[in-house]
Amino acid sequence: MVTLLLPRLAARADARVRRAAAVTGRNVAAARHFGYWWALVSGFFEPVLYLLSIGLGVGALIKTFTLPDGRTISYAAFVAPAMLAASAMNGALTEAMNMVGKMRYMRLYDAVLATPVQPFEVALGELMWGLVRGSSYSLAFLVMMVGMQLTTVGWALVAFPATVIVGFAFGGLGMAVATYVRSWQDFDYVMVVQFALFLFSGTFAPADSYPWGVQVLVQVTPLYHGVELLRGLTTGTLNWGLLGHTAYLVALASVGLTIAGRRMGRLLCR
Amino acid sequence: MSVAEPLIAAHGLVKRFGDFTAVAGIDLEVRAGEAFGFLGPNGAGKSSTMRMIGCVSPPTGGTLRVLGMDPVRAGSAIRARLGVCPQQDSLDPELTVRENLIVYARYFGIPRKVARQRADELIEFVQLTERADDTVEPLSGGMKRRLTIARALVNEPAIVLLDEPTTGLDPQARHLVWERLFQLKQRGVTLVLTTHYMDEAEQLCDRLVVMDGGKIVAEGSPRQLIERYSTREVVELRFAEAALDTYVGKLEGIGERLELLPDRILLYAADGDLAVAAVADRALRPSSVLVRRSGLEDVFLHLTGRTLVD
Repeated sequence: MVTLLLPRLAARADARVRRAAAVTGRNVAAARHFGYWWALVSGFFEPVLYLLSIGLGVGALIKTFTLPDGRTISYAAFVAPAMLAASAMNGALTEAMNMVGKMRYMRLYDAVLATPVQPFEVALGELMWGLVRGSSYSLAFLVMMVGMQLTTVGWALVAFPATVIVGFAFGGLGMAVATYVRSWQDFDYVMVVQFALFLFSGTFAPADSYPWGVQVLVQVTPLYHGVELLRGLTTGTLNWGLLGHTAYLVALASVGLTIAGRRMGRLLCR
Repeated sequence: MSVAEPLIAAHGLVKRFGDFTAVAGIDLEVRAGEAFGFLGPNGAGKSSTMRMIGCVSPPTGGTLRVLGMDPVRAGSAIRARLGVCPQQDSLDPELTVRENLIVYARYFGIPRKVARQRADELIEFVQLTERADDTVEPLSGGMKRRLTIARALVNEPAIVLLDEPTTGLDPQARHLVWERLFQLKQRGVTLVLTTHYMDEAEQLCDRLVVMDGGKIVAEGSPRQLIERYSTREVVELRFAEAALDTYVGKLEGIGERLELLPDRILLYAADGDLAVAAVADRALRPSSVLVRRSGLEDVFLHLTGRTLVD
């Protein structure tokens, strides 16, 4: 029974991934045209500017920061992993919001769904593209962190796959949100929430310095888990909590992707 | 799937959107190699039917089988063997003509090398070779339409669904599209198309159904429909002297039937010249007289009581 079922399931999963990869391939083809690269590059600068202005600027006032295990690090080394998480989030969310344009204005998926490709596979393919974009930001940012001695090469290599998980989570979430976006005003709401997450996810001050109620709220939101995971890794403070953060992010990605696939099916195949 | 089984079979097919019934229970069969047409005004339910056949819109009721499979359960497998040319061009504006075809081929799992080769062949087939590396946006309506048709052929489909393939095109562009569709038909590709152009239906379709208000009101070959619902010839009369409706009574008895339109009166008769002579005998002086062979337009007029132009 199992021996019969497994190859069939594997073949089906393989076909799904291949179709999703074709959706990603469309974006690669489009990115070859000049205009896209500018959008890609511009998304990288925001976290870099924050790191330089706040990490180094405020860092000049605060000097050192004490980790839970008693070690002290520079304030910039405290802020940098948070900016890393934020850049992974920005890359993934930007790409997810682009999906609104592709779905509602360019109506790209109408043509895609007339082929064997299914709505979930469109969402997965777009997510993979978002990951390519988010990961390129993360990689560049990690290189910069190593250069500024805010982490070591070893920990940067460990942190990189974790940034992919952060991007995966925000890509899934963003795509689910994208299926609810109806107007330009809705984009503004998304940006406000995104900015609030950026400011209050233990990014510039540890979350336990917030009042208790706010602390709980922050711990429910996704960027907090991304920041904590990456901060644990780039500062080399391992603990079991990192697994919890990872589980949260993976769960968010899967739930987001499933909702996105279902809603896209309902919106486009009426 | 047996040889005799139709490629598309619908029984009591229904599509509702909320309270609105777009398709109100239709039966139809399309066989391999056939060119099958849906004829009807806007809102008749043609596009809704096409979307159900294309497995992008689940039926509300009735049964539908495409290529021997159930569109709801095997949509992906069916779509793998369909070519779809939707009513509105859905080309990718960020890609070139060639990339549009290659990227689309990849959705069908066609290997990159084969995709490239097929893209070149299809670009030539629809005469876009000179524009192959241009992006889609500056192309004319006719060129986009041809590219959309090329894209529908990229997976060498068993059935090609064309929703109003020539609507909005200028006459030259229309003829080029017709020529290409006719070539496909010659090659044995099954074509299913919707149109509200009579000449298109007469030229391309072996068999067609006339739809109105979500229902099929007639079915047959263009010739059969004309024979069944019209006469051999039609006389078109225009009058300049008085209101048209005052002539209706005066013309009674000439030909088999009379149709009053806003701008002219149609007399249906087996022999048009005899009818014209009869009009002259009654001392009526039309400002213009035209005797022509009967066409699908007349069938449509008879079945639905209005012209197709809308």
